[in-house]
Amino acid sequence: MTSNQNNSWAKAMKKNTVNLAIWTMAWTSSLALATFGPEYLWDNQALTITGILVNLGLGVGMILANKRHLNGLDEMQKKIQLEALAIALGIGVIAGLSYSLLDQKNIIQSDAQISYLLMLISITYAIGVFVGRIRYK
Amino acid sequence: MKNRLKVLRAERDMTQAQLANLLAVSRQTINAIEKGKFDPSLPLAFKASKLFETSIEQIFLYEE
Repeated sequence: MTSNQNNSWAKAMKKNTVNLAIWTMAWTSSLALATFGPEYLWDNQALTITGILVNLGLGVGMILANKRHLNGLDEMQKKIQLEALAIALGIGVIAGLSYSLLDQKNIIQSDAQISYLLMLISITYAIGVFVGRIRYK
Repeated sequence: MKNRLKVLRAERDMTQAQLANLLAVSRQTINAIEKGKFDPSLPLAFKASKLFETSIEQIFLYEE
């Protein structure tokens, strides 16, 4: 076990984090472009389909970058991530289905929006990571 | 599970960050192990025992 090997672990972790941030920014930007482009920038279906396909491709890249990032974490960080993801997924599925049922049975006035579910999952995940970090502090 | 990681580290005048680097984990993980909030895996325990040139039992003390 040499110092160089261990420094390379820290460097690889930093590289994975930066890599994930770049993929996330690219995916978010392409999502905004695919969403608002047809409304404000162009009036062409081929461009719209291209925008959606680019967004899909960048999404796949982001998923792989996230997988590399998770694999590069140490065992305690992985545990924190696993617990946060489990809670976020569980709440997302349960709350998402309840929300969908409310919409189907016309109990809520507006149509169910996927963006609300994404926000709920994101907030739950962020809280899960925060609580995990506090717990092991 | 109790451990003597902090004592062994102090004997070698080593910071948590230095030990973390040597074990290829984050400083927060070393801190959590020292405080008994996180139990390391067997491979990490073996790494620590190799680093401190002592047996696992001399570092980690299992208590029911």
